[in-house]
Amino acid sequence: MSDTVQPTAEIAGGPPGERAPGSKPRRWLRTAGSLFVRQREATVFVVAVLLIIYFGFISSAASAFFTHDNLVVLSQYAAPIMIIAIGEVLLLICGEIDLSPGFVYTFAPFLMHYLIDFWGVPAIPAILISLLMGLVVGWVNAFLTVTVGLPSFITTLGTGFILLGLVLTTSHAFPASIPGPAVGIGHWLGTYAWSEIIWAVLLTAIFHVVLIRTRWGLYTVATGGNKLGATEAGINVSRIKYGNFMITATLGAFAGLMIAFQTNTIDPSSGGYTPMFYAVTAAVIGGTAMLGGVGSILGAFLGAAVLALMLDGFTVMGISANPLDIILGAAILVAMIANVQLARLREAGRA
Amino acid sequence: MTTQAPDGQAAPAPAGGDVLRVEHITKRFGAVTALVDVNMHLTRGEVLGLIGDNGAGKSTLLKILCGLYQPDSGQIMLQGQAVSFKSVEHARSLGIDAVYQDLALVDQLTVYHNIFLNRERIRWPLLSNRAMRNLARQRLDDMGIDLKSVDVPVAMLSGGQRQAIAVARAVYSEAKILLLDEPLAAMGAKEAALILDLVRDLKRKGDVSIIVIAHNYGQVLEICDRVNLLQHGMITVDKLSKDTSVQELNDIVIEEYRRALQERQRSA
Repeated sequence: MSDTVQPTAEIAGGPPGERAPGSKPRRWLRTAGSLFVRQREATVFVVAVLLIIYFGFISSAASAFFTHDNLVVLSQYAAPIMIIAIGEVLLLICGEIDLSPGFVYTFAPFLMHYLIDFWGVPAIPAILISLLMGLVVGWVNAFLTVTVGLPSFITTLGTGFILLGLVLTTSHAFPASIPGPAVGIGHWLGTYAWSEIIWAVLLTAIFHVVLIRTRWGLYTVATGGNKLGATEAGINVSRIKYGNFMITATLGAFAGLMIAFQTNTIDPSSGGYTPMFYAVTAAVIGGTAMLGGVGSILGAFLGAAVLALMLDGFTVMGISANPLDIILGAAILVAMIANVQLARLREAGRA
Repeated sequence: MTTQAPDGQAAPAPAGGDVLRVEHITKRFGAVTALVDVNMHLTRGEVLGLIGDNGAGKSTLLKILCGLYQPDSGQIMLQGQAVSFKSVEHARSLGIDAVYQDLALVDQLTVYHNIFLNRERIRWPLLSNRAMRNLARQRLDDMGIDLKSVDVPVAMLSGGQRQAIAVARAVYSEAKILLLDEPLAAMGAKEAALILDLVRDLKRKGDVSIIVIAHNYGQVLEICDRVNLLQHGMITVDKLSKDTSVQELNDIVIEEYRRALQERQRSA
């Protein structure tokens, strides 16, 4: 109500620094400050830098941190989280979530294995069909969520269990080795030391641009921000959701294949909920809202880097896996509290 | 020019001047008949006020006109040609655009992205944000809408500014027919004045015909050339604004309410 009595110039929130220009260094400080407050990614970027400084120079892990081997391990922790997080960001922005990409991740390399070893399909088509399976799972998730009307949390819980059951039944819960014909192409997907992180950076770059600079990204935000409004503007919100479910599941399949090649084994116990939860965590730490309309793929990339830094750094320091989860959980909460507070600052800065 | 009709009947108008004619439109939602038999016409360059109580079917009619709903029967004539809108986009491609009561703005998007929503300027495969930003700035200035920045998310704006942007978006589409749903709802006096001025400006330019849905009879008579009263899914009054008054419209609505009440008591 108070809006209506304010003069127009006050309501039209311009840059807050403009009205009272201070001395030069102070203005710079203010610009840096306002950038920090405005850009969601800035917080998580600072956290990542602090973690690198801590593990690389201060902690007991310092001597081992910047070695080639450790950096490879670090990048391999980060890459699958980064890739799945891309999909989760897109879905969270349009107001949905996918719990199943970790199971697509488990199933995809098995499908490749069956296609090559049992049905004699050549390696490249087998890999493509395994990725295509991701598209199909994504379509089914979207159909049940968008068309049938189930909450996506339930839909993807169900499809996730079905995929896990399929893997366990068909593999008798035994791991398999990478089929001979796929080994060559597998180098490019996951065996070479830096291949995963290169894929992760590439996919992040592509989808970041898709989100912030293309019609698809704009409509994804519009779908989650104001579904009714987007519909009334003539946007086909169902199509946007179908697309984002299909992207997410396909990225899950891709990450699964990648990790199978990296570990040189097709393991029914890899994947599951863990990569999905890490991905959602990365998305949220990186500034993506659980309620839709807001999110950043670059933020999720940095969020995944933060998670990987903690997983790797504490491991190098010799902290066992058990207390690691306590630290991880606390770190997530701290990051979220910081985000919420910064969001309030952001609102205050604009009002 | 329209002619005044006797009460209870739609005014016959010279067909040549009509950009839009609605003939015998009906719409049911399950057991509820929202529109019984709607006949309406809109003359080129005219501002038509559509009034009626809650539940009279105003919003349903608007949603049919903008392609969101399909009528169960009846006909829509656009520039003398029968049309059937398959979607909002289809109606828009034919020159009909709506500004909704529930504001079709996306809070998280910037002012210029909202203005260009679903009409983006593209330099494939990317959005040309600079072009959209400049055009939005220019158009808002032209329309006299005072905004410091088109880069802020619309969540940061006041209700009146949001409504102004929603109107600007519709104007931007170069729509031939503009449908405004409750453009003044929940708005302060100053903001209402801004929207009223916008509508007057549009009217003066005369290249667009407007249907305004509103509750406030005074404001409707102030900006509209003609008013239609919708009651129980039918247009019951069709008068030029200068030939009627707030008092008369109020009396008709109240009288109808009393009559319906008596009927219900008698049948009970």
